[in-house]
Amino acid sequence: MAVTTSTDIVEKVRSTPEERRATAIGIVLVAIAAFVLWVFALGVDSSYVSTFNLSLPGDPDLTWAVSSQVLSFVVAAIIAFIGGWVLRRTHVKWTNLGLAIALTLFALAFLTWAAADKSFSLVGMLRSTVILSVPVTLGALTGLMCERVAIINIAIEGQLLTAAFVGTVAGSAWGIWAGLIGAMLTGAILGLVLAVLSIRYRIDQIIAGVVINIFALGLTSFLARRVLSVTPELNSPGRFSSHKIPLLGDIPVLGSMFFNHNMFVYGTYALVLILHFGFFYTRWGLRSRAVGEHPKAADTVGIDVYWTRYRNVVLGGLIAGFGGAFLTLAQVSRFEENLTAGIGYIGLAAMIFGRWMPFGALGAGLVFGFALTLQQKLGILGTPIPSEFLSMTPYLVTIIVVAGVVGRSRPPAADGQPYIKD
Amino acid sequence: MELALTGITKQFPGVLANDNVNLTVSEGEIVALLGENGAGKTTLMNILYGLYHPTSGTVEIDGKPVQFHSPGDAIKAGIGMVHQHFMLVPVFTVAENVILGDEPTKRAGIINRAKAKKTVTEISRRYKLDVDPDAIIEDLPVGIQQRVEIIKVLERQARFVVFDEPTSVLTPTEVEGFFEIVQSLKADGKGIIFISHKLGEALEIADRIVIMRRGKTVAEVLPRDVDEAGLAELMVGRPVDLVVDKAEAEPKDVVLSVEHLTVLDDRNRRAIDGVSFQVRSGEIVGIAGVQGNGQTELVEALTGLRTPLGGRVMLKGDDMTVASPRAMHQANVAHVPEDRQKSGLVLPFTVTENIVLNSYYERPLSRGVIMDWDEARDRATRLVEEYDVRTPGIEVPVSNLSGGNQQKVIVAREFDRDVALVIASQPTRGIDVGSIEYIHSRIVEERDLGAAVLIVSSELDEVMALSDRILVMYEGKIAGEFDATASTTEIGLAMLGSTEGQNEQAS
Amino acid sequence: MTDNGDAQTEPLVTEDSPPGDRSSMDRIAGVGSSLRQALLVPALAVLTALIVGAIIIAATDLDTLPLWGTDPGEAFRQTMSGIGKAYKALFVGSVGSPRAISETLFAATPLILAGLAVAVGFQAGLFNIGVNGQMHIGGMVALWVGFSVTLPAIIHIPLAIAAAIMGGAIWGGISGVLKARTGAHEVITTIMLNFVALFMVDYLLKTSVFQAPGRNDPISQKVNASAQFPTLIGDFRLQIGFFFSLAAVAFVWWLMYRSTIGFEFRAVGYNPHGGRYAGMSVAWIYLGVMAVSGGLAGIAGTNQILGLEPYRGISNFAGTVGFDAIALALLGRSHPVGVLFAGILFGALRAGGREMQGAAGVPIDLVLVLQALIIVMIAAPRLVRAIYRIKTPDQELSTTVSTGWGG
Repeated sequence: MAVTTSTDIVEKVRSTPEERRATAIGIVLVAIAAFVLWVFALGVDSSYVSTFNLSLPGDPDLTWAVSSQVLSFVVAAIIAFIGGWVLRRTHVKWTNLGLAIALTLFALAFLTWAAADKSFSLVGMLRSTVILSVPVTLGALTGLMCERVAIINIAIEGQLLTAAFVGTVAGSAWGIWAGLIGAMLTGAILGLVLAVLSIRYRIDQIIAGVVINIFALGLTSFLARRVLSVTPELNSPGRFSSHKIPLLGDIPVLGSMFFNHNMFVYGTYALVLILHFGFFYTRWGLRSRAVGEHPKAADTVGIDVYWTRYRNVVLGGLIAGFGGAFLTLAQVSRFEENLTAGIGYIGLAAMIFGRWMPFGALGAGLVFGFALTLQQKLGILGTPIPSEFLSMTPYLVTIIVVAGVVGRSRPPAADGQPYIKD
Repeated sequence: MELALTGITKQFPGVLANDNVNLTVSEGEIVALLGENGAGKTTLMNILYGLYHPTSGTVEIDGKPVQFHSPGDAIKAGIGMVHQHFMLVPVFTVAENVILGDEPTKRAGIINRAKAKKTVTEISRRYKLDVDPDAIIEDLPVGIQQRVEIIKVLERQARFVVFDEPTSVLTPTEVEGFFEIVQSLKADGKGIIFISHKLGEALEIADRIVIMRRGKTVAEVLPRDVDEAGLAELMVGRPVDLVVDKAEAEPKDVVLSVEHLTVLDDRNRRAIDGVSFQVRSGEIVGIAGVQGNGQTELVEALTGLRTPLGGRVMLKGDDMTVASPRAMHQANVAHVPEDRQKSGLVLPFTVTENIVLNSYYERPLSRGVIMDWDEARDRATRLVEEYDVRTPGIEVPVSNLSGGNQQKVIVAREFDRDVALVIASQPTRGIDVGSIEYIHSRIVEERDLGAAVLIVSSELDEVMALSDRILVMYEGKIAGEFDATASTTEIGLAMLGSTEGQNEQAS
Repeated sequence: MTDNGDAQTEPLVTEDSPPGDRSSMDRIAGVGSSLRQALLVPALAVLTALIVGAIIIAATDLDTLPLWGTDPGEAFRQTMSGIGKAYKALFVGSVGSPRAISETLFAATPLILAGLAVAVGFQAGLFNIGVNGQMHIGGMVALWVGFSVTLPAIIHIPLAIAAAIMGGAIWGGISGVLKARTGAHEVITTIMLNFVALFMVDYLLKTSVFQAPGRNDPISQKVNASAQFPTLIGDFRLQIGFFFSLAAVAFVWWLMYRSTIGFEFRAVGYNPHGGRYAGMSVAWIYLGVMAVSGGLAGIAGTNQILGLEPYRGISNFAGTVGFDAIALALLGRSHPVGVLFAGILFGALRAGGREMQGAAGVPIDLVLVLQALIIVMIAAPRLVRAIYRIKTPDQELSTTVSTGWGG
């Protein structure tokens, strides 16, 4: 009776999905390098100099002037190198890192090209990146509070929008702090609605989220037209002002970028830290994550799955409310129909990009903040790109992120499934 | 210290799961609760554990009635349960799973990880469980995961421990190790309830055996007074043939030839590593081995659901290594999948729609893109009768049917043509004895009609009863090949692989 | 013979099923529900929405609000009269005259088509939130065909529609491909593509190819007369687009329930694993579903340009149709006939809503609110039953369509 055991000869027939992805990305990178070479390097006069302002008005002057063409050449070379290295597939695990570096360099080359023979406030762009990243990061944090307990929250858009509306009305009537509190409560209430619909009535969570968004858009637009247009004094709240953090705020470039903002930005940093700590070091976090990964297991050790979900979704709503308040009490100072224009969905993409981790949400938020900044600031620079295409930037970036850059990451295991107990 | 369940009745919509059930357990006693699938054992235990509320009846500890509204109550009263499907969070560590719900904390709710680790190590050492507190659950073999469940139960100072089908995921050697653990728990004064449908094990370990059938407790016996056949009869209510009635096999040409097959699992590890074997027409080859040794991935590779990394699959001389499921179907391969509700059926579809699920695109069921539902209904009616599928009609959702009848729908669909190769994975998991017998006989019939049959099952009894040749899989390789005369011991040894390696992984 | 000992009906969570067994998608048409049951919940949902709408109208009647403090009786009268005026306008504007009915059906046309697009997606387990973008792309293609050539209407119109179907199918197909190849969730990709399409339209409308000569704003040339959808009765706005929508209903019904393609769509929608096992190519099916869905949306977009004044392309010509369509599909339980009736209902709300805005001064956005409320109730029959204390039938399952981000 012969025992059939394995031999060590395995004919390698085909490659793993990761290797195929590395190949695809490698090719894309080489193509990008060629593009940079052709358009950014060779497409500008060799005498052109891009001047980047690195300081805010009022601070000591700091600029960086660089030959547009040379920088693009260098970037093209580096990207081509990375592309080749990724193609060799020796370290498939580092593909994402190489991609991230290459894309950052591409952005730099792009800016250099856009600023060729002009001067341009890079620090202004970096500041704007941070500011515009706030609603995205807050949206991502809201999303992750909910998804970590396995509730998909599509309603972030609606929460932000409605909270922004309440923030502006309450803020106009009773002052900016009232506006902030009102906005946060609104976010929490909508979160509660989502929770009730998903948990108690077991409506499909995506449907519930879409419904809340439709409802929010309709209601805020209706009220804006019926009420705000006749009483504009309800649509002019104050604004929260910026505060520079001593010492940290004086660091060149980085100080202006990160440490000279209003309290919403600082609040966002704080939230990221608090949530990270909470989820991974406390009892609350362990139980929440358990509910999201294996609710039945949590149930059998005596954790109340329903209550955990309600609680976290409402807390997430508070965060969304905070984000909505930012929109009308710090960023602009009035409410408009459909003010959010998709930012909530971008927040969701940031959550996925950030792999459902708070620090990931922060990083992803910055990436999208950058794309949103491009949308705004590039028009000023006067590039040959039509403004409509610039407007598309953040949305295209979102698609690319969700589809390609990330590969497939794992959400909490029970995501989207209602929990049914006897 | 005594635990008593008296007169427990549990009514679900349309089903009386427990009917006036009585059960007692004392400290230091092992009671086996036997019954076939659907008898009501797990429902009873779920009531004990606070997951269900009884429609009527009482639970008493030391003569005092107790009410459990949630598992938390049961745990506090000293009842611990090791579930059949583990209640472990796959991405957490061992320590995190053990402390979940009972976490040692410092101020502000911060978890005291050092203390958690210490607790786990202590219990592990005391009962010789040998588990690494920082290991991540999904990386651990199933046998070790079970020990984590046991530690969980012990951490909460359970006085009564319920084991629900604990040995279904263990190799014969692991079962021995498990029994030793149970004995040490018993010596420690715990009262143990041991749910199973495995007769031999009940006889070996239990002090008393309680048998349930169709929701009622029908008998209580002592192991020395009864044998396996007697237990089977009590469980089912009539004499049961423990052996499948089949003629000697007459294998002919090779139908399926697997050569050096290597397949990756979802986590890019080698689930199957250089496996080779053949199946001939007119023979049943059984693949034995506990779940998790690559059987699932093997079947997926053979049926076109997973692309192998290397090696070849030949079907009657044609290279089918990267063939799609449809190509396999058209090559007359019948596939009875392991998870009937997930892969084999579309639950909200009607019986008719499920009958034509993988043949809808062929004539006469459709012409081009147009479906011929009359033909489909005719076929469904015929097959329902031929295979004795109990259903209110062919236009009801197949989710209304019981597990056994659902499986019959699948078998009917697959066997209703000239079959060259049958691949059946866990074909009788979770279904009643009557359907089991029926499906076994149909499989033998296909063999006698000339099909090559490959059975994959984690129930060693089933493999031994049906197969003409047995292959044992362990960690992605074929660890042994036996003919029908082999003994359980021999096969069990082959299922070992390298035990040392397994213990090293744990510590 | 054998003693099976199995019950015909077992509870869903039995000893057999492992815990955490996910509930599969409810048969959207309603498992085991009689016609009376199927109509009861939607009817009550509409009623409840109207009641809540009335409350909102009352609460935002700024002229009357201060009156409550001083003269509640008069305030109440005025509030009631305000609500009455609003809802009367709603009624009159939708069914109060032949013209009103024509307006209702006219408004229903694009809604039905868009609703079918979403419904096809739902049946296959996909959320097509991108009907808006697919309408835009399909509409732009039809627009181009409309002004670029002159052919006899009998050829011109079908040609434009065919081109629009292709355009919409491609736009929808992008999300389908992304889902099939990368697992990117279609909710995000379709919404993002909506924005991209919106800006694309704005851009194209300013190019020399599209832009009306002599204009600086994003508005296109006028479509040639041969491509304009002929109206049906006198000077009523109702045009042949309505018949196209009826044809689409019939087509979708045939597709989903009588063709092999529809069988595949529905199988994969309920259980992609089962579909794979059965030999279906899930990736291709996702692509096919999004393409069909996009194609239907393309027809809806065509209607918005070739079917109504000014027969030109303008910015955001799809309006809110794409989002109303989601509500429609849910209300109609994703069944083509359900979508037809839901579309007519929503068309009535629109036609009436316009009248309500004009005659009673209530902004038409209220209709959006009403729609959202209706969807919530439809998606949660238990909610409606809880409100009205109706007994729940045994077989009712939750409506779960999505399977999380993994797709």
